[in-house]
Amino acid sequence: MSVTFKALENILDHYPPSSEHLISALQDVQAKFSYIPLEAMTAVCDHLGVPLSRGWAVVTFYKAFSLEPKGEHDVAVCLGTACHVRGGRNVYDKFRRDLGIAGPEGTTRDLKFSLRQVRCLGCCSMAPVAQMDEEIHGNLSQRKAGQLLRMYRKR
Amino acid sequence: MQITSIDDLQRAKGAGLAQLYPDKPKILVGMATCGLAAGAQRVYDLLQKKVQQAPWDGVVEKTGCIGFCYKEPLVDIIIPGKPRITYQEMTPEVAESLWEELAAGRIPEARVMARLDVDDMILNGGPRRLFKGKLTGFLAKAPRYEDLDFFKLQRHIAMRNCGFIDPDNLLHYVARGGYFALYTALTAMTPEEVIEAVTTAGLRGRGGGGFPTGVKWASCRKAQGRPKYVLCNADEGDPGAYMDRSLIEGDPHSILEGLLIGAYAIGSSEGYIYVRAEYPLAVKTLQRAILAAREAGLLGQNILGTGFSFDLKLNLGGGAFVCGESTALMASIEGKPGEPRAKYVHTADKGLWNRPSNLNNVETWANVPVIIAKGADWYRDIGTEGSKGTKIFSLVGQVKNVGLVEVPMGVTIKDLVMRVGGGVPENREFKAIQIGGPSGGCIPKQHWDLPIDFDSLREAGAIMGSGGLIVMDNSTCMVDVAKFFLDFLIDESCGKCIPCRLGLKRMRELLEEFSTGKGSLADLDELESLSEAVKDGSLCALGGSAPNPVLTTLRYFRDEYEAHILDHKCPAAVCKELITYTINQELCNGCTACAQECPQGAITGSKKKPHTLNTSQCIKCGACFEVCKFEAVTVA
Ligand SMILES: Cc1cc2nc3c(=O)[nH]c(=O)nc-3n(C[C@H](O)[C@H](O)[C@H](O)COP(=O)(O)O)c2cc1C
Ligand code: SF4
Ligand code: SF4
Ligand code: FES
Ligand code: FES
Repeated sequence: MSVTFKALENILDHYPPSSEHLISALQDVQAKFSYIPLEAMTAVCDHLGVPLSRGWAVVTFYKAFSLEPKGEHDVAVCLGTACHVRGGRNVYDKFRRDLGIAGPEGTTRDLKFSLRQVRCLGCCSMAPVAQMDEEIHGNLSQRKAGQLLRMYRKR
Repeated sequence: MQITSIDDLQRAKGAGLAQLYPDKPKILVGMATCGLAAGAQRVYDLLQKKVQQAPWDGVVEKTGCIGFCYKEPLVDIIIPGKPRITYQEMTPEVAESLWEELAAGRIPEARVMARLDVDDMILNGGPRRLFKGKLTGFLAKAPRYEDLDFFKLQRHIAMRNCGFIDPDNLLHYVARGGYFALYTALTAMTPEEVIEAVTTAGLRGRGGGGFPTGVKWASCRKAQGRPKYVLCNADEGDPGAYMDRSLIEGDPHSILEGLLIGAYAIGSSEGYIYVRAEYPLAVKTLQRAILAAREAGLLGQNILGTGFSFDLKLNLGGGAFVCGESTALMASIEGKPGEPRAKYVHTADKGLWNRPSNLNNVETWANVPVIIAKGADWYRDIGTEGSKGTKIFSLVGQVKNVGLVEVPMGVTIKDLVMRVGGGVPENREFKAIQIGGPSGGCIPKQHWDLPIDFDSLREAGAIMGSGGLIVMDNSTCMVDVAKFFLDFLIDESCGKCIPCRLGLKRMRELLEEFSTGKGSLADLDELESLSEAVKDGSLCALGGSAPNPVLTTLRYFRDEYEAHILDHKCPAAVCKELITYTINQELCNGCTACAQECPQGAITGSKKKPHTLNTSQCIKCGACFEVCKFEAVTVA
């Protein structure tokens, strides 16, 4: 989604100009565009009357923010303790291999998938677990992970 | 409905009870996060559709997590004059036949998990028997909740309403005695008496440290400066735990009521709940609860006509573990990066916006109304000498009955793992528990008679923590576990102080050496002394407790470290550099499953002939091991 003036204005309208709303406003931006476009960060900081450096500090400190656009499907693999002791690491590596992502997290070149790690999705009874977009998939094996990617690729 | 007086509260209770136990059949679907993950939404939608299509005099409602997460999705049937029946592992298809039986006036018999004869209702005049006379037929034979090993040792106090009420329905909460404790505190007790009760009850913080709650409140009450803030820590950073999330998703008003009582005791009129943004359902549930309480007049001005005023804001965390630490959390609410500060000035005096502030954990707050309603002595009777009441654990990992359990303090590790948890699956061997998350430690089987309370755990080198309890068996490598927690902590260290930022990295390097079969026994000593240095030198408790997982594994599993260093072996067959996959020629029947799955093409062989694995091509991903149904792929 492009950063339209309208979309931003809708977010900013919610917040009185005070520094305490910086994180909340940026969370709304992240939810809206699925990353923090630079223009949007500047607009938020201007509106709230905080220096841009503070915006950078916050965006780079908290995991919830991303400065890069995200892929069409969000793949969040749980590496919480319960999933770890039930083989979550191998499942995670399988996702990484199949998606061809070099670093620990990242987005595929065709912008189809973004892979990230999360800690405990609250479904340890189904460990190892991954969340694809809104849906949770449990009792994963490497084979099941491969099947899931094939399924989502078609969507 | 406005609730501005005790009469209103009584009326709300009556109305709520009529909804909880209506004079017609009711179906309850467990719809907390793990229920939803297991497919509860589809079950719920189907039942709703059925009810709307057919003229049937009954209701379908949702409820929270009762703890039996491994049996999800769960559905309950409540029929007037009958025990409540819980059905397990529901699918839309089974739910359909269940509904048809019910609509035809029969009680479904398939997939019964247990029946509940008595609803404890600890805050509303005590136990309520759900039927009169004797049971007959299959109902008489169905196990009762208290017959199930999983339930036998449990006692639900903080979880008193979870799985019993619709979390979005304020009347349901009131029906089970909710907000009556608030009324008692506001009208029959002085703030000092409230603090006294909480102190005498022996309540200690459930967020990890176990600090006496009453003492904390008293110092904030005494502090100069206004306004004062009460805060709820719902950041739940332990990477293997979900107790707080479930409490919020199952019973948000218990936390609101706790905060209200605390605010009255401390002299505060404003509060914040800091909750993880990654918990969307918990966030929504809290938003709805706050709105409902505000509309009813239970938040705002002149609450219950007593002149006491209080309101609450919700603040969404940005996903940083360190923000669970009190000073970092306050910085985060102020819109800053969540870096801790040194605590020579206490947050009770100068916390949020430099004003006196009192922070407690979700579960701590949920216990408060019970103490006020039942009295300090009632509460003191539960638990051990130094640790009163109950504790919720998320009992997870290599254990059969995975779920949330609330047990009296002092239960032994053995009882929790073997009785409540049903032991480890597939005839493997129980090895250790990890308790307390990244600040906690591993406790081995030889100490499984240890009672779980704040002080015993600390002596053993772990901590109670917020309630993550991970069971490990002989397929878990302790060097790998230490690495796992260090990775997490290095990732989450805010980087402000050097021991934590650099010390942890060096510790991690040493562990890497061990897990690749390098390193020497002298390095073990370096790891130990470095751990002590990080412990002493770090600014906040993240760094201060970060070495615990390393130190406890060293203390109890030194032989395993030595096996890595001296024999270049990983006894649990986890550390990739030290293991090899092979195919046992006798057991392999040539089904080709492994060859199809191998990403490296390292496995060759023709159909129905034993396969061979080329070790030099193998990247040790374990895919072949996973798919082989004949145990022909071995790893050592
Ligand atoms: C790194 C770190 C993370 C923490 N995370 C949490 C948390 O997620 N939830 C929590 O309630 N307390 C957490 N705590 C403890 C809090 O700092 C604080 O002691 C607690 O919320 C106080 O409430 P209590 O007395 O009711 O336990 C954490 C502490 C540290 C040092
Ligand atoms: S101990 Fe770690 S997390 Fe705590 S202040 Fe120091 S660097 Fe930050
Ligand atoms: S461990 Fe992985 S790479 Fe090695 S043989 Fe098995 S499937 Fe292939
Ligand atoms: S640790 Fe993965 S869902 Fe809890
Ligand atoms: S989430 Fe449903 S029983 Fe745990």
